[in-house]
Amino acid sequence: MKIRGAEAVMQSLVQEKVETIFGYPGGAIMPIYDALYDFRDTVNHVLVRHEQGAIHAAQGFARTSGKVGVCFATSGPGATNLITGLADAMIDSTPVVCITGQVASHLLGTDAFQETDVIGISMPVTKWNIQVTRAEDISGAIARAFYIARSGRPGPVLVDITKDAQFGMVDFSYEPCTKIRSYQPTPVVDEQTLQEAAALINQAKKPYILVGQGIFLSNAEKEILDFAEKTGIPVASTLLGLGSFPSDHPLYVGYLGMHGNYAPNVLTNECDVLIAVGMRFDDRVTGDVSRYAKQAKVIHIDIDKAELNKIIKAEVAIHADAKDALQKLSALVNHNEHPQWLQQFRDLEAVEKSEVVDEAIHPSSDQLKMAEVVNLLSEKTDGKAIIVTDVGQHQMISSRYYKYRGHRNNVTSGGLGTMGFGLPAAIGAKLGNPKQTVVAIIGDGGFQMTIQELGTILQSKVDVKILILNNNFLGMVRQWQQLFFDRRYSFTEIVNPNFTAIAKGYSIDALKIEERNQLDEALTTMLNSKGAFLLEVVVEQEENVFPMVETGASVSEIRLN
Amino acid sequence: METVYNISVFTENSIGILNRITIIFTRRHLNIESITASESEVKGVYRYTIVVKTDLDQVKKVVAQIEKQVEVLKAFFHSDDQVVHQEIALYKIATESFVNGSTEKIVREHHARILTVDKEFTIIEKTGQPEELQALFNELDTYGVLEFVRSGRVAISKPMKTLETYLKELEA
Repeated sequence: MKIRGAEAVMQSLVQEKVETIFGYPGGAIMPIYDALYDFRDTVNHVLVRHEQGAIHAAQGFARTSGKVGVCFATSGPGATNLITGLADAMIDSTPVVCITGQVASHLLGTDAFQETDVIGISMPVTKWNIQVTRAEDISGAIARAFYIARSGRPGPVLVDITKDAQFGMVDFSYEPCTKIRSYQPTPVVDEQTLQEAAALINQAKKPYILVGQGIFLSNAEKEILDFAEKTGIPVASTLLGLGSFPSDHPLYVGYLGMHGNYAPNVLTNECDVLIAVGMRFDDRVTGDVSRYAKQAKVIHIDIDKAELNKIIKAEVAIHADAKDALQKLSALVNHNEHPQWLQQFRDLEAVEKSEVVDEAIHPSSDQLKMAEVVNLLSEKTDGKAIIVTDVGQHQMISSRYYKYRGHRNNVTSGGLGTMGFGLPAAIGAKLGNPKQTVVAIIGDGGFQMTIQELGTILQSKVDVKILILNNNFLGMVRQWQQLFFDRRYSFTEIVNPNFTAIAKGYSIDALKIEERNQLDEALTTMLNSKGAFLLEVVVEQEENVFPMVETGASVSEIRLN
Repeated sequence: METVYNISVFTENSIGILNRITIIFTRRHLNIESITASESEVKGVYRYTIVVKTDLDQVKKVVAQIEKQVEVLKAFFHSDDQVVHQEIALYKIATESFVNGSTEKIVREHHARILTVDKEFTIIEKTGQPEELQALFNELDTYGVLEFVRSGRVAISKPMKTLETYLKELEA
């Protein structure tokens, strides 16, 4: 029996076990929305308020669930509104499939109404994309899209379907894609490189492990734990890797990078063997690469071959899935302990504690500080809430002071640093893992970039706790202006609306606090609220995030104040 | 150190893959000296020869990023001494310049050939390396070259592993 192309889209998504779609209808995707109408009992379509919200929600969904996030958008502006999210998903390796409507194929290239070359525009920010102009090609394209999005180093895929293809009739059949000859997502680990790595590790006096999001993406949380415990090697994490190694583990030494912890940055330049797993040496992690771990022999494990030797030259480059490599490597390494080396981390940690952390979480000043809010939230949720952040100071504070102990409970925009990511990503994060408390920690600036998604929370009754850390500044830029631009606060002071009134306009319970003695109760109220809640905490206006590795500095030159 | 590299890319026959590949060069501000594309000895597999001037470190990274594209089967790079390469050039000159006889001598000496003779113009073809093509141009130009066009480079590497071997590995 022949069905419409649009129904073939829905049937294909059902075959891929898609239960949640974030989207926004429009002219060129109307046949698909018409087909969706018949699936509204089995597929939960979340109507967002802007397509950027759809893709960030799909990203949040993918990050907490481990599944592929899916979104729908129409042609032209609908499709171009996805671009920021595609770029974000690309650089942060998030599996997302976007299905966009397109004008009828005979209008392609003619500047028809709402026609845009979305394939061309999205090419640099998608792992793969395709335009489908015939109904019979739909199921094959969607099968490939899901396979490519989730396999290897995950990433975003866009499938653009012309309106005539959506209306066309096709005998539907679905064949999941399991192989593409030109695409080799699962590398075969070279035994020789593993032997070389094991030899280096077994001889090392000051070995050091860096973990990234690759640990989550390859489900290697147990394997990294086994490997670290067997070898007794200290473990530090990148921003996106936070939580992949338990933050309360005796071998865990902290968070890497520009606003990371003191010890893991400084001692990067003292280790003798650096074992980087599922991370890509972003410049926010490395600082000046010409003075990064020069004394160390680097072992780099990554599933993306193009990342190996891209930024940091590896003595041993292991092209592998992290789980597979760690399992095999664990078998080859000796039991070991490095108490003196570990003590070096603890000594520097004590310095950071007395110089930075104590004051941050127990401030002597009257005004509330971001760190004390996050620290208390971390205690109250036992490090197990899903924390979704936006981008800026509050993000760095969250990554520093939230003690991640959950599974996939850290959702943030890392590589792209997308302001406006937090609120929609939190919606997706909640739907991706409905049982967990989701707290979106957002600054006053970023919140207003996608504030319209409060409407999505209202309509779809999404239980998201929104914690706004309001300093009435675009704080991170202001900090840089203070430190590097002579305090010339060029357009970083921001006049804010009444956030709680806005929340109430969307029927979301809200509370605003300004005093320390209100904090504990306010956080409890937020966490215990039934349904969504917005808590605005007014914090010190000109608080700076420290420690800090300045641009051009080496990681070992990290400033404490 | 900047040298000339010949990048060979084997791709599936799909719309857009050329664009994906050129984006990789654009992002790194690498100028493509020449690019040619056509079907390879294996049906359905397309072969690009891309010539760039860059350093070894950069070309390695670029080739890794090309090979990462879903529809790229394989990508290699070779320096000039590892490949045999040719270009083709067409020269349009006025037919009357043959009258005095020296144009004919030039064509003969350069092992070029005449493709078309019209009442007004003659088209000459030569294959070779850029300097050779340029040398012929310079001599013909003393009589006036009406039009001159050079193709991009095509190159075959000297190492012997065949495309079919790689395809078999990929399909294994």
